[in-house]
Amino acid sequence: MSVSAEQIAELQKAAKKLRFDIVNMIGTGKPGHLGGSCSIADIVAVLYFHKMRHDPQNPKWPDRDRFLLSKGHAALAQYAALAEWGYFPKEELGTLKELGTILQGHPEMRRMPGIEAYTGSLGQGLSVACGMAMAGKIDKKDYRVYCIVGDGEIAEGQIWEASLAAAFYKLDNLVAILDKNLVQATGSIVQRYDTNPHAEKWRGFGWHVMEIDGHDIGQIAEALDEADQVKGQPVMIVAHTIKSKGVPFAEGKADFHHGIMTQEQYEVARRLFED
Amino acid sequence: MQMNTQNCRTVYGETLVELGRQDERIVVLEADLSKTTMTKLFEQEFPERFFEVGIGEQNMISTAAGLALSGKIAFANSFAVFATGRPYDQIRVSCIGKLNVKIVGSSCGLSDFGDGATHQSIEDVAIMRAIPNMTILSPADGIETKKMTRAAAAYDGPIYMRILRNPVPDVTDENQEFEIGRPTVIRQGTDVVVFAHGYMVYKSLKAAEALENGGVSVRVVNVSTLKPIDEEAIRKLAGGVKGVVTVEEHTIIGGLASAVAFALRGQALPMEAVAVQDCFGQSSLDYEQLLAHYGLTDAAVVDAVKKVLG
Repeated sequence: MSVSAEQIAELQKAAKKLRFDIVNMIGTGKPGHLGGSCSIADIVAVLYFHKMRHDPQNPKWPDRDRFLLSKGHAALAQYAALAEWGYFPKEELGTLKELGTILQGHPEMRRMPGIEAYTGSLGQGLSVACGMAMAGKIDKKDYRVYCIVGDGEIAEGQIWEASLAAAFYKLDNLVAILDKNLVQATGSIVQRYDTNPHAEKWRGFGWHVMEIDGHDIGQIAEALDEADQVKGQPVMIVAHTIKSKGVPFAEGKADFHHGIMTQEQYEVARRLFED
Repeated sequence: MQMNTQNCRTVYGETLVELGRQDERIVVLEADLSKTTMTKLFEQEFPERFFEVGIGEQNMISTAAGLALSGKIAFANSFAVFATGRPYDQIRVSCIGKLNVKIVGSSCGLSDFGDGATHQSIEDVAIMRAIPNMTILSPADGIETKKMTRAAAAYDGPIYMRILRNPVPDVTDENQEFEIGRPTVIRQGTDVVVFAHGYMVYKSLKAAEALENGGVSVRVVNVSTLKPIDEEAIRKLAGGVKGVVTVEEHTIIGGLASAVAFALRGQALPMEAVAVQDCFGQSSLDYEQLLAHYGLTDAAVVDAVKKVLG
């Protein structure tokens, strides 16, 4: 086991906290990417509060592990984690998308400490991650680059360009996680534009592939540890997730890919994650 | 006119090697055109800092961004049309972040004369100019190519540099320092000012010589930085003349003609533009023949100068 029962409980608590902040960032009356942010919350919690080496006092620490959200619209989960760590004051979380805010609709590195790039124009983040992994190889550094991609996002051709390059350059310091939440903006991925099968595709492209329940803290931690042992290949963790996980009225619903919560819905969601 | 001729591609490749020796941060990315763009010279000497990313320009630009974000100075290469057109959004995102990515578009303009419209690049300057934070360089000759490549590496931010495929005569001054943003006078004159970039600087010089015999004095200015445009310098350089001509191996929309016209707004100066007239190129067995077909000749510059003089 990569993590003890105690650690699992702590990380579950951390994930719950992230979801609480996600719900509050969106609040009521403004649209926000609830679905994708909640589907990755458990993965983000394990990365930021367990796995990754990083230093909020020194966000540009050269040896830090890198976290890239290729599906940049799910940034609320990352914003919440960064705020929790003190990369910026927690009060800022209340300013999502306001003019001049550091909490842009999609993550911007020069606005928010702890953000590594500019992602959200879909399909590009995995390539940026490849560049960072290549630089790590040139500089003989042992940092890892973690990159979350979406199962809708991988319809972008650039993802497959990057996947070829990562395998060709044997980027074993690159760990991609597919947030397989089954729903894109306009509906079910299987019905709208089926990108399956996933594991087979990535394996065919030369990646070391694992499949996990993306809401099971123990499985996430174990897969990330296994990724450390892989040599000569990039790693893809296909994480089975649920869109808007944890918010029953929104779970699995395309309407909450980027939706507005009513006052009533917001109150329900907030209470779910309150301590 | 006895002039030394150089191939800008070769000069670029050699300069990359020199830079690579001096600075370990220099890395080069290619999309299977290294034999033509001449980045093969860098690959031979620094294989560990050279990344063939296959024929995938989008991934190449974003990967260059990732390398830049890790402290590298990344030169991403392809033909101008592919380097700017295929990864437009990836370039745009790099510009949002002012990332240290250098995009080098080889075989620019009509200089890939044989390959036809799909491979010729007549709108690259226009699309790159529209992106905030972008800097656009267009060397007139081998001398300037070398200085520009060095300046691009030294500059912290995104750069697009377009490079000609064919050998061109040296027209710039070996001893003059290159500075991003500064247009330079290549030939003094008083009646008409001709603003040009790339190979068209040479064509403009030839036109100026021909006109001199007829008693017309032409000032030739090399606008080798197409963005940012030093509007004040352009206005000064157009001071005292009776007319203005722009010459570019690019479509008439969105390139030098647009930039100069805007810089000179409010000034009642007659102006003409020698450029590709909003149409695509085609194949030819000869570069000069193709340029002539699209009206990019010294004779066309002569006509334009006469026209603005009325």
